[in-house]
Amino acid sequence: METFIGIDLGSTTTKAVVMDDNLQVLGRGITNSRSNYDVAAEVAKQEALLNARFHLFRQSLDGVSALDGRLDDFLDQLVRDFRLEQFLEQLIDLERTCIANADPERFGGETDALHEALAEVFRRLNKEAPDQFAPGAQRKSDFFRDIAGSRYLAVGETVANESSLSFDHVLNVYDRSIIDVENRISEESLSDKLLRALDRTFAAYDDLSAASDAVHAPIREVLETPLEETFVIGTGYGRARLPFSKDHIRSEILCHGLGAHVMYPDTSTVLDIGGQDTKAIQVDPAGIVENFQMNDRCAAGCGRYLGYIADEMNLGLHELGPLALKSTRNVRINSTCTVFAGAELRDRLSLGEAREDILAGLHRAIILRAMSILSRSGGIRDQFTFTGGVANNGAAVKALKQLIQENYGELTINIDPDSIYTGALGAATFAQRAVADGEVAQVEN
Amino acid sequence: MNTAAPKKPSTEVVKEASMLKQKVMIDENFTRLSTSNEDGRKVVSTFVPGNLNELLMCFDLDRNFPEINALQNGMRKKSGRLIMEAERNGQSEDVCTYVKSDLGMIEQGNIGPTGEKLPDPDVLLLSYTGCFTFMKWFELVREKYDCETIMLHVPYQADGSITQNMRDYVVKQLKDDVIPTLERVSGVKFDIDRLRGYLRQSQQAEDDLVWILQSAKNKPSPIDAFFGGVYYIGPIFTAFRGTEAATEYYQTLRGEIEQRLADGLGPVTPEGDFGKEKFRLVVEGTPNYTNFREFWKMLYDEGAVVVASSYTKVGGVYDLGFRHDPDNPLESLADYCLGCYTNLSLPARIKMLTNYIEDYQADGLLVNSVKSCNSFSAGQLLMLREIEKRTGKPGAFIETDLVDPRYFSAANVKNRLESYFQMLEQKNATQAA
Repeated sequence: METFIGIDLGSTTTKAVVMDDNLQVLGRGITNSRSNYDVAAEVAKQEALLNARFHLFRQSLDGVSALDGRLDDFLDQLVRDFRLEQFLEQLIDLERTCIANADPERFGGETDALHEALAEVFRRLNKEAPDQFAPGAQRKSDFFRDIAGSRYLAVGETVANESSLSFDHVLNVYDRSIIDVENRISEESLSDKLLRALDRTFAAYDDLSAASDAVHAPIREVLETPLEETFVIGTGYGRARLPFSKDHIRSEILCHGLGAHVMYPDTSTVLDIGGQDTKAIQVDPAGIVENFQMNDRCAAGCGRYLGYIADEMNLGLHELGPLALKSTRNVRINSTCTVFAGAELRDRLSLGEAREDILAGLHRAIILRAMSILSRSGGIRDQFTFTGGVANNGAAVKALKQLIQENYGELTINIDPDSIYTGALGAATFAQRAVADGEVAQVEN
Repeated sequence: MNTAAPKKPSTEVVKEASMLKQKVMIDENFTRLSTSNEDGRKVVSTFVPGNLNELLMCFDLDRNFPEINALQNGMRKKSGRLIMEAERNGQSEDVCTYVKSDLGMIEQGNIGPTGEKLPDPDVLLLSYTGCFTFMKWFELVREKYDCETIMLHVPYQADGSITQNMRDYVVKQLKDDVIPTLERVSGVKFDIDRLRGYLRQSQQAEDDLVWILQSAKNKPSPIDAFFGGVYYIGPIFTAFRGTEAATEYYQTLRGEIEQRLADGLGPVTPEGDFGKEKFRLVVEGTPNYTNFREFWKMLYDEGAVVVASSYTKVGGVYDLGFRHDPDNPLESLADYCLGCYTNLSLPARIKMLTNYIEDYQADGLLVNSVKSCNSFSAGQLLMLREIEKRTGKPGAFIETDLVDPRYFSAANVKNRLESYFQMLEQKNATQAA
């Protein structure tokens, strides 16, 4: 089937959306942008195509009686099993790379001991891996670097202590290896991995064995349907790095404007807070951008600010919002400068302010900066759509709603749970239009 | 598939006869300045807006323009080092970078952009006082050289017009203070007929300049009125207005542009002829001089031409009708100082830019704002909003700097400009459909 793909290369994450020719979203994929945009774009696209397969599985398994009433559970299990397979594959790669990097030239007489320690570390990581993907398991992130990294550090330290080996050595080989592993794209076919995952899923549902064929047949059929990449459009900060010609590139302003319009057709004003850009966009009733403003010369108050604060407070990025929402009193944070905010944060902590109150103040500070960019673009008009990663942060949303109420009164505020994909959604829509309008007759991918 | 990185501006720059002529003029002036002190010629330092070049020539003074030195240092990639020198000597990060480039240069031996020594001034003439920084700048220079200072107070055009009172006030200062001091410093007696002669030359050059700038009303425009315009205003805004050389320069330039018009050609860029004209812009604000060509390339690569700019009016808003007048020499010098772009009120600037967008059929307004320039950048956001409202054309706002290379973030500027052009393209396509 024909698909249209939008890829949004952000400074922090890379997102992709796959659509069919009826503009229905089939799949979404996200990965960390790492230092390699080419790989990030490819991985995000593969993830979106994978997600599209799952979407198609759901459609094709809908009539299978053995799954009646538990199709969602079954597919959730299949996703987890697939993620586990993916994780194990990368773990093997990481082990091989670590062993190769643990060479005598660097580690001299300790090389053998290091190899033994690495073998033990990876044995334990492999063993505990299924628990990380068990139902209800909490992970700080879905990216391999984060999951493997945090566990490697913990397990590695234990193993190093047990074997009287310097933990620095264990850490050193990891640091040398992770970037290579992260930048390698899996050579194994999606089908092979999915079918292995399916075996695991069947093992979890012992009563399903009789219905094996009934389940396998539609899945195989979906896997055999090629998803043709009819047209791909790239956007985002790294778009110039995409291996596409100019016809395949749109600015993130146009893509966010159109993406927000596709999500909410009555959108007039869009705010997108990304990693290093805050964009205020005014669109007309057709989603055409009328005006926009972005932060200039300084990225104060962008998404990275929250990342930095999370690091300073030793929290995961997604933990910030919920903690800030527990705030009971206002603490004013004046600085939107990322670096100064760190100092202000420590100062407030030393004064005995509660963490949640300080965090709420920090969220308000970035939204205040966004409000100033919004007014520069012509203010907020009804309806208002908030997009980008920060739109998933409850505390930022709360501060924004409050400031809109104070400054503009009652307005419809739209926030989609998938708002992080807005740019990619706009790009995919442009891809579909490019072909539909006959703008590009030739498939170039 | 295009994976190649965008090509850098080529090193071989395409130049026309007028450009070569201007280069000779500038080089000769620097060479002349390098021997002023030892040859006993008196030197005046003065600023571009509201400069009294014709009057200064009446006293045989060599003219030194610190702003021009700073921007020439910027274009030659020398300003960064000089600015750091000034900061080492206590100048804050927020101070105008023209000032810091100049002060740093003085501290490092006052070697000018061409590598030749610049002279110690005998007199400082501040002929436009609307920029507060100018006053502070000259206070510091005066402290260094302990020389005469003349301050001509130019009233601000708050109501958008020049009154007889304002004119009289400036003329009185010219008669009572400026001319007597210049006579004393130079030892040359003022001769009003000599001034009339220079003003006659100016008038002719000004007529040609206006024709040149207004040629951008054509489609395609044969000139770029900002990046190219910076070169076009070079002689008339500085040490050459009133000279025969400047008058000839504008005749030559006009001839070249007439030819380009006849041939249906667009502007000349450093990489040769401009391709197809896709976007027509009006620009408010100063250029960035450290990355001048890189910035220009971001526009011409996208097919964007600047058809009118306010920067090409900072040394005289001739297209609104003003000409130096040999029959009323001192009054016209007064009107010149009072009428420079930086002396206009925000409503007057808004009106002028709005008219430009309409008269030159522009697609929008681009503001290049300089944070350290308090007099020129203040109010630009307000102007942008108001002009958008009046014209219905979208504006873009970017921030760079005059001559501090640390404040030009190419990736960010390019990103914003690309987004802006794509937005214009989308709007134009929708309107056409």
